[in-house]
Amino acid sequence: MKTYFKTVRDLPREEYFGPGQLTCAGCGPSIAVRWILKAAGKNAIVVNATGCIEVTTTQYPYTAWGVPYIHVAFENSAAVASGIEAGLRIMNKKGLVNENPKVIVIAGDGGTYDIGLQSLSGMLERGHKVLYILYDNEAYMNTGIQRSGGTPHFAWTTTSPVGEVQKGKQQLKKDIFSIVIAHKVPYAATASIAYPIDLANKVKTALDYTDEGPTFLHVIAPCPPGWKYEEKLTVELARLAVETGYFPLMEWDHGKLRLNPPSDRLIDKKNRRPLIEFLKPQGRFSHMTEANIKEMEKEIDAYWDYIVRLMNAFK
Amino acid sequence: MQRQLTKERIGLTSNYAAAYAAKAADVDVIAAYPITPQTTIIEKLAEFVADGELNAEFIPVESEHSALSAMVGASAVGARVFTATSAQGLEYMHEVLHIASGLRLPIVMATPGRALSAPISIHGDYQDIMNARDTGWIIYIASTAQEVYDTIIQAYKVAEDPRVLLPVMVSYDGFLMSHTVEPVDIYPDEYVRNYIPKFIGNRPRLSPNEPITMGPIATPDWYYEIKYQVIRANKDSRVIIDEVNKSFTERFGNQYDVIERYMTDDADYVLITYGGASTGNAKEAVNKLRENGIRAGVVRIRLYRPFPAEDIAKAVEGAKVIGVIDRALSIGNYIEGPVYNDIASAFYTLGVEKPLVSAIHGISQRAMYINDFYQFVIKLKDFYESKSYPKNPIYLGLRE
Repeated sequence: MKTYFKTVRDLPREEYFGPGQLTCAGCGPSIAVRWILKAAGKNAIVVNATGCIEVTTTQYPYTAWGVPYIHVAFENSAAVASGIEAGLRIMNKKGLVNENPKVIVIAGDGGTYDIGLQSLSGMLERGHKVLYILYDNEAYMNTGIQRSGGTPHFAWTTTSPVGEVQKGKQQLKKDIFSIVIAHKVPYAATASIAYPIDLANKVKTALDYTDEGPTFLHVIAPCPPGWKYEEKLTVELARLAVETGYFPLMEWDHGKLRLNPPSDRLIDKKNRRPLIEFLKPQGRFSHMTEANIKEMEKEIDAYWDYIVRLMNAFK
Repeated sequence: MQRQLTKERIGLTSNYAAAYAAKAADVDVIAAYPITPQTTIIEKLAEFVADGELNAEFIPVESEHSALSAMVGASAVGARVFTATSAQGLEYMHEVLHIASGLRLPIVMATPGRALSAPISIHGDYQDIMNARDTGWIIYIASTAQEVYDTIIQAYKVAEDPRVLLPVMVSYDGFLMSHTVEPVDIYPDEYVRNYIPKFIGNRPRLSPNEPITMGPIATPDWYYEIKYQVIRANKDSRVIIDEVNKSFTERFGNQYDVIERYMTDDADYVLITYGGASTGNAKEAVNKLRENGIRAGVVRIRLYRPFPAEDIAKAVEGAKVIGVIDRALSIGNYIEGPVYNDIASAFYTLGVEKPLVSAIHGISQRAMYINDFYQFVIKLKDFYESKSYPKNPIYLGLRE
């Protein structure tokens, strides 16, 4: 990762994400978008998949977007971005325009893990110079909290309810990061809204590397109504997700995998805060038994083991 | 600019004619996915790009849904775009068809028609096109390879007109045209490009110089009004379509109207058709009928959306009975022929009180014989003489 910003004071004062949009109080994704746009600057075009951010920021005749913005549908933002990137490339080549904005996709977990996976894979495979940013609030929140491929094991949603026989989501969270790096992209990273400097530097770094090919950023962004916690805890939970080891901060940089602070010192499990600190404030996990929590800890350990092995393989 | 038009006559399938037209239009971006019977269009275009004959980005997308989505993106930044599909591909795109017209993007797409699964069939009919008729696109149905070539050039002129700004589909018979060779006069690229120059900035586009939001969410407070603009744009495009037919003739010589009339002036029995094979066979049948003293004629629908209701009504003014031959189905409707229903609705509204008979033929390319059309007119004559008309379509060529 390149360092463009050292402190919050280094971040641009300009705002490209206007106030007055209709996101919920304590919305994690809207915090993510604000930092993303600050870091990216005005020479950008945003393609937004259908989802919370789209419906809350573009209610006609208003818009919260200070940069050119397009929403087309749920599953195709990577394909739309492919067309924008290819269109601008050839129009510049033919002398029809002289513009070189960065093309950025902003899509939720449903639009990325599930319905948008095919178009994402196609865009990555074809090598379009696009930064794809996944804001992950871990369920289809816009339609009222349904499970997605990004929803964690055990989490309550309206389609993974807590019943007599089945309690919460029965499957594990899909490993989207591995799927993306399997496309041999130059750069992919994870980030959390609780670490804005890390997030902003990763946005800038990824945008730099999009000159070489597609890049990817996976941002964890808590959702108060979907995760069922008090609005004031959004940033706190985004921090606990990292500090408990639930969501490691890492980056795939030209064939090398590395962990970023503070996750780099969490390989040793002793340095991680207890998982319960992340789970407890969230109503979506309130049905979990001691045994469930142990099981989830094991799953997280197994993921860390996988990451460490991957890091050793790709040093 | 080349002032004098020189035409070169070459043998082309309608698919290759479509590809040559897209090249002549100097399209900037092509995104496409293979599907029969469209595939040879994009193969030809990929060759043009690979050989440097066309300076364009060719995006080999992973699906038709992404093909049209990429076209939306490229068109939104102001590029001139082209894609092609058929059948399941057009179905897979369907969601984005509505979005392309709603976002008012001048995308041009060639769509040789094909039957829809199940059972899966790669063969031609117009079921796919009929399923796209309510999407807000302007839809032409061509009947010769020359017309495919000319209509795609016209399509850019119409679509990009600031008074229109709608996507345009140019359809024709899958296989019976897409894969059969006809003589086509092609024009020098420069001459075509002079007819359809590019204007960057004559429509809203995504640019960091002037940020706009495209594709916002509209509440019920606004949705209806925004859709009404699409209704008006589609209806009013007729003015521009007529202008373009006229200016095209001045530039290129070939004459086009929204419908084609064949021996309708004194016809007692008129067949209404669309596409190449239906029309060609209907014309041959009319020739034979006239040899036998039966005054028959053909009206071919060339512009399907916006529907040229008044032109059709006028063309059949003197007819005693009209037969509408559909190569598609509207299953569950009282009468299953989709274009029959368009005409019935138009005639009722216009006060045209003519007996109207529906015929279905050429489904999944069921062989259509000239004699089928001949015998259909004989039936129309019998119906007229007995003053008794069927309450169901006549399923020509069907083994019952």
